[in-house]
Amino acid sequence: MMNPGDAVNKDGGLEERIGEWRNYVRRRQAVHAVDVDELEDHLRSQVEALTKAGLAPDEAFLVAVKRLGDLDAVSREFASEYSGRLWKQLVVAPGSGAAPSTARRDTIAAVGLAIAAAVAFKAPELFGKHLDGPGSDEPFYMRNLSLFVVPFLAGFFAFKRALPQAGWFWLLLPFLAGALIVNLLPFAPEGHTLVLAAIHLPIALWLTVGFAYGGGRWRDHDQRMNFVRFSGEWFIYYVLIALGGGALCAMTAFIFQAIGLNAAPVISRWIVPCGATGAVIIAAWLVEAKQSVIENMAPVLTMIFTPLFTVLLLVFVTTMALTGNAIDVGREVLIGFDLLLVLVLGLLLYAISARDSLAPPGRFDGLQLLLVVCALIVDVMALSAIAARISEFGFSPNKTAALGLNILLLVNLGWSAVLYARFLAKRSPFARLERWQTAYLPAFAVWAWIVVTLFPLIFNYR
Amino acid sequence: MDIQKDLVAASATPLVLAILSEGQSYGYAIIKRVAELSGGELQWTDGMVYPLLHRLERNGLVKAVWGKSEAGRRRKYYQLTRPGAAHLAKQRREWQTVDMAMRGITTVETDSGEVES
Repeated sequence: MMNPGDAVNKDGGLEERIGEWRNYVRRRQAVHAVDVDELEDHLRSQVEALTKAGLAPDEAFLVAVKRLGDLDAVSREFASEYSGRLWKQLVVAPGSGAAPSTARRDTIAAVGLAIAAAVAFKAPELFGKHLDGPGSDEPFYMRNLSLFVVPFLAGFFAFKRALPQAGWFWLLLPFLAGALIVNLLPFAPEGHTLVLAAIHLPIALWLTVGFAYGGGRWRDHDQRMNFVRFSGEWFIYYVLIALGGGALCAMTAFIFQAIGLNAAPVISRWIVPCGATGAVIIAAWLVEAKQSVIENMAPVLTMIFTPLFTVLLLVFVTTMALTGNAIDVGREVLIGFDLLLVLVLGLLLYAISARDSLAPPGRFDGLQLLLVVCALIVDVMALSAIAARISEFGFSPNKTAALGLNILLLVNLGWSAVLYARFLAKRSPFARLERWQTAYLPAFAVWAWIVVTLFPLIFNYR
Repeated sequence: MDIQKDLVAASATPLVLAILSEGQSYGYAIIKRVAELSGGELQWTDGMVYPLLHRLERNGLVKAVWGKSEAGRRRKYYQLTRPGAAHLAKQRREWQTVDMAMRGITTVETDSGEVES
């Protein structure tokens, strides 16, 4: 707020200091922007009076801030007066961060795109592609599922980040390629390569969303880490919305049953598909709207589950060593251990994403390293057991995909363990580990695209 | 003379209400007026006045309006409401009672030189 009339405003340094002070006060949740305005008026009145009494503006500023009192105590008073504020911020309120006009624009875009995604999912029915019932085309929906939703999500971020025109082109390309591959290649019906492509396409496209999320600056490691954070929060919001949606469906079924009508067809054909697709966009919008307002959940869950999984793996390794039982190599073992590694990687990623990279090594870091090492030991044992089986029966699409993912994760976690150990020994900064993770993200995208595009060719569409 | 914290806190509400009964005012001016009235003996932590004013506003004892300062800055002015005036009258009676009781004891004290109960 510049006022040429104010005597003290002639001093540029003072304005800057008041600006800094405002930001500092603004960080306290209980003190809203209007309260800061009020306090600022007080500060300026005090500074004016003191400068009139002969103090230099910067001295006057220091005295005025000191007289205002300890900010923690003051904001505690505000908090006890407005205890509701600490909670109410969970609602997307205008003025809680972004300018109201941008907030409304985003809301309209999110709701519009959510509806568009739901419409896109239902549109094929007009052309006789039904999801269930007689003459249904399940494989069509299976391979195209992500193509109905993810483009709209990418569009949301491209719009929100004002992606330049060239960026829109690069963004469109993967979706087009994905759509052509899964729909035009001569997959065997219900073939393994088709199922694998259907599973890996969403992953490949999700990382494309990362491109839009970062406003096209996909080389920027901070943006990549932000996208990792976003993905975790998005997942949690999506699960929460799904729980609410489940309650809605159960209620719908119940109340219509009470008047003798069966709502099940409406629920399964309309509410669930439209809700599940639309919620993808809505969850993303919520994460965006609240990222500055509430504590992120993914790191909190990480804090809870890292010790538990560490104990689990420690007990497992010791039991295996004591009993001498080897891993029984069944059909699902490789996939199971892939999931274990994904989980451990997730715990590692979200612990890293929430950690202050300048903080010195702590007990939790040691625990993380222990978790990663245990996971590696378990996985190497599983791999050695599986290797024998593969050499006996040869490579199938499923086994190759699972093995490839396993090796991909093993490399990531192995080097993470090395970097973690070096960080704990104070021989390398934590940022190295952070950078390793963000640098590795494209590897997952590349692998997902390989499975989608090359596997059908290599394995002859079976 | 240092006035006890508890007493400062207890007297803050009636003082603010009394000052506002002179006409509408704002945080900084209220603090200045308090210092002036007490001859500089009552020193509040400036920042603490605002949560108090907000509490009074929420309880309906004062009303706040955003206006402009002489320099054209946005400034929040507070006015006494009807319940506020009633509350002030009640508080004033309470303080007068306490004051009267204290005076009664001090008089006895100065007369006889020792405290009688």
